Amino acid sequence: MMEGIFRINGKEKRFTFNPRSRLLTVLRENGYTEVKEGCKEGECGACIILLDGRLVNSCQVLTASAIGKEIITVKGIGDIHSPHPIQEAFVEASAVQCGFCTPGMILSTYYLLKDNPNPKEDEIRKALDGNLCRCTGYVKIIDAVKLASRKMGEK
Amino acid sequence: MKEISKPIRKVDDQDKIEGKVRYIADIEFEGMLFAKTLRSGRPRARIRSIEIPELPDGYFIVDANDIPGKNRVKMVINDHPFFAEGEVNYIGEPILLVVGPKKETIFEIIEKIKIRYEDLNPILTMEDAERKGKTFIDYEFTKGDPDKAFEMAEKVIEDEFRTGYQEHIYLEPQGVVGICEDGKVTIYGAMQCPYYVKGAVMEGLGWDEDRVRVVQTTTGGAFGGKEEYPSIIAGQVVVAALKTGRPVQLIFDRDEDIMVTTKRHPSVTEYRVGLDGNGRITVLDINIKLDGGAYGGLSGVVLQRALFTATGVYNIPNLRVRGSVLKTNKVPSGAFRGFGAPQAIFGIEMLMHHLAEKLGRVPLDFKMDYALKTKDTTSTGGIIRGEVKLPEIIKEVEKMSDYRRKHKESRKFRGIGLSLFLHGCGFTGKGEESIKGKVTLRKKGKDVEILTSSVEMGQGATTTLRKIVSKSLSIPITQVLYDNPDTERVPDSGPTVASRTVMIVGGLLDSAAKELRERWDEGDEIEVSKIYKHPGYIKWDDKLLKGDAYPEYSWGANVVEVEIDPITYEIEVLGIWAVYDIGVAIDERIIQGQIEGGITQGLGYATIEVMDSVDGELVQRTLTDYKIPTSMDFPKIESKLVRNPYKYGPYGAKCAGELPFVGAAPALASAVENALSVPINRIPVTPEYLLEVLSG
Repeated sequence: MMEGIFRINGKEKRFTFNPRSRLLTVLRENGYTEVKEGCKEGECGACIILLDGRLVNSCQVLTASAIGKEIITVKGIGDIHSPHPIQEAFVEASAVQCGFCTPGMILSTYYLLKDNPNPKEDEIRKALDGNLCRCTGYVKIIDAVKLASRKMGEK
Repeated sequence: MKEISKPIRKVDDQDKIEGKVRYIADIEFEGMLFAKTLRSGRPRARIRSIEIPELPDGYFIVDANDIPGKNRVKMVINDHPFFAEGEVNYIGEPILLVVGPKKETIFEIIEKIKIRYEDLNPILTMEDAERKGKTFIDYEFTKGDPDKAFEMAEKVIEDEFRTGYQEHIYLEPQGVVGICEDGKVTIYGAMQCPYYVKGAVMEGLGWDEDRVRVVQTTTGGAFGGKEEYPSIIAGQVVVAALKTGRPVQLIFDRDEDIMVTTKRHPSVTEYRVGLDGNGRITVLDINIKLDGGAYGGLSGVVLQRALFTATGVYNIPNLRVRGSVLKTNKVPSGAFRGFGAPQAIFGIEMLMHHLAEKLGRVPLDFKMDYALKTKDTTSTGGIIRGEVKLPEIIKEVEKMSDYRRKHKESRKFRGIGLSLFLHGCGFTGKGEESIKGKVTLRKKGKDVEILTSSVEMGQGATTTLRKIVSKSLSIPITQVLYDNPDTERVPDSGPTVASRTVMIVGGLLDSAAKELRERWDEGDEIEVSKIYKHPGYIKWDDKLLKGDAYPEYSWGANVVEVEIDPITYEIEVLGIWAVYDIGVAIDERIIQGQIEGGITQGLGYATIEVMDSVDGELVQRTLTDYKIPTSMDFPKIESKLVRNPYKYGPYGAKCAGELPFVGAAPALASAVENALSVPINRIPVTPEYLLEVLSG
C-alpha cells in the first residue's frame, strides 16, 4: 500500500491506496462519488476531473502519479448556495436527463470556456467529443454550453 | 389548456448538476460485500464439473443450489435461470457468484475456478434456427383474403430487410444491492420496473410479498435495458445476502454489461407484394423473424408489437402477417426503446421506398396513397379512432426540410429521405387490462405525495407527473412530492415501459387529483387511489390477434439529408427534421429531449452501431469497439409538434418516449438510397456495406 496527499476541491486529503490503483477508484472509495464510473476504458468521459488544471479521464490515471496534485471535481466548482454559471446553464437549457454524464460534461465545458470564452458551435462539439451521453442527443447540452458562455460573459 | 406544455425547470436537475445524486454504485451499506459473476464460456454445453479452490475466510460461492424457490426468472416466458443448472445456453450465462469483502480476492478466486464442459451442438445463426425449426413463439394473422389477392395480382414483388443488434449503453451500468434482515429482503438498484423485480424475487425465494421490498435508486438511463434484466441480478444478490447474512452489491463493468445484458433483436423481414394492373398494392405478405437468443423472456411480446406495427401507417386491404422468435445460443435479446416497432417500421418504410422507385413515383406521394385515415381499420381489424393528422405533419416537415425540391434536385452522393411512422401507446393487446395499474395521492397538510411505481430514469417522469398533479389540483408544483419508488410505499402502477407513463399512469393521477380536489376540505390527511379501467370500446382477442392492439397511436414524420464521401463511403448527415403528433406535450422541452435523444439513438442504430456475433460470441465488447454517437456525429435536430389532444389522455397527452426512435433509421437509409441510387436492405449502413452494394 502507498500513501499520498492530494489537494481535492481546495482541501488537502491523505489517502492510502494500492500502488496499482486508478485515481477513479481511489476517489470513489474516499467518497468522491460524483466522479462516475461509466466504462473504465477512457471512452465515456463520466469520470472526467481536472488534474492540475488539465482535463483527464481519472480511470486512465495511476493514483500514484497524481500525488501532490490539484484535483477538481464537479463539486469543486459550485453547489446550490453558489452554483457555477455552467451548472445553472445546464439546468436552464434542460441539458440534464439521467444525469450520469453530467459531472463530466460540466467539467469539459468548464475547461473549454476557461480558454475559449466564446466558442463556436464546432469548437463546442469538439470539446465534448470525449463525453458520451445516451439521453439527450447532445442538442440541449450544446445549447447549455452556449448559454453558459453568455452567462459568464455577463459577469 | 395549452399552458401545461410550457417548459418548467426540471425538479431533479439540481442534485444532478452538483454531483450530489447517488446512483446504486455510490451507496455504501454497512458491512456490504461485493459479488462478481462467473459466466459460461461456451455457447451450449453441459457442465460436467465445477472445481472450486479453497476459499479464504469470509468468501462464498453462491449458485443454483442456494435458490430456495424456483430457479427461473419471472418475465413473460419464465425460462432464464438465475444461475445455470447443469447446462449453459449462451456465452456469458451466469453460473455462480463469488462473494466477499475484497474485489481483488474475488477476482483471484474466479481465476482459480475450473469448469469442465461437455460441448453440445449450438445454434449460432437465425438461418440455422429456422432450418431446425427452433422457435420460442410463432404468430400469424390475416386481413381480407390474401391468397385470393395474390392470385388476382398482376405483378408480385419480393424484398427482404435486415437489422442488427443494438446495445443500450445507458451510461450507468447495471447494478443492485440485496439486503436480508429480520426474515425480509430488500433490493436497491437501477431499474424500470420495481414490481417486476419484486415478482421475480418472490418466485426465486418462494416467499410472500410482505417479505420482499424493492427500492429503485436514481437510474442513469435505461431505454428498456433495465426492464427485465434487473430481475435476474436482483434474484442473485438476494440469495447471496441470504447466504452470507450481509448486504451484497453486484455492479457490472461496462464490458460485462455489453457482453451479457439484453439487446435489441436482430431481425430479418421478408415481404411479398401483390400489385394490380395500375401498380396499386392490393396485398402484402410480411414475415418478421427476430433473433431471440438463448431464452424467451419478453421476446414474444416484442414480436407482437413488431407484427402489429408491420404495415406502418398504411392501409392495405389484404394481408398475411406472420413472424417468429428464433431460438439461438446467443445472449438473450429483450426490451429496447421501440420494442419490435423499429425493425417493422424500417422494413415497411424501405419497402414503400423501393416500390415507389420501381414505379417511378415520388416516395412521399406514393406513401400518401395508402396512408391510414380516421375510422380506417388497422391490420388486426381495430379502428383508428383519433383524428389522423398525417397530412398536417407532412406539410410541416416538407416545409421545414424543403424535401420536395431537394428530392428532385438530388445528385450523386447527396440525397434526402423521409419516413412516416406511428407508435401504439401503452401495452400491446390485453397488457393494460391485466396489469390494472394503480396510483395513490396522499394529502398531508398542504402537500400532496404521488405514490406510483413509475420511475424516473432520465426521461422526465418526476417533472411531468408532478406537473399533471399540480395542475389538476391547482396547487404549486413545489407542494407535489415524489420520491424514487419503494414497493412498501407505492402501489403497483405497472412498469415504466411502453411509453405508458404519461398516458396511462399520468391519466390515473389526473383523475385521482380531480377527486382529491373535490374532497380537499375533508381533512389534513386524505388518500385517493385510482385503478386503471380499460375503456369498454377497446376490444382485443388474444387468441385470434383481432381487435384494437393499442388504445391510441402517436404519429410522426422524419426527413434526413445526407452526403456520402465518394472515396470512403462515410455518411455525413446534413440535416434532420422531425414532426410529431403526441397529442399534447406535458412539457415541450422534456419532449424535445426525448425527440433529440431518440433520433440520435436511431441514427446510431442506422449507421455506426455495429454489433456482430461470431460463434456465439459478440465481437464488439467494449465502448472502444461498440461506438455510439458523440457530439461530433450529427447536426442539430429541428423538431415540431402538431397538437392533437387525445380525449382520454391527461391534458390530451398520448405517447412520446419510443416514437422518436422509430422513424430515424428508415429516413436515413432512404436518404442514402436517394444519394447512391442503389437499394439499401439492411442497417447499420456501414461504408463496408455500401462498398458491397455498389460493387454489386
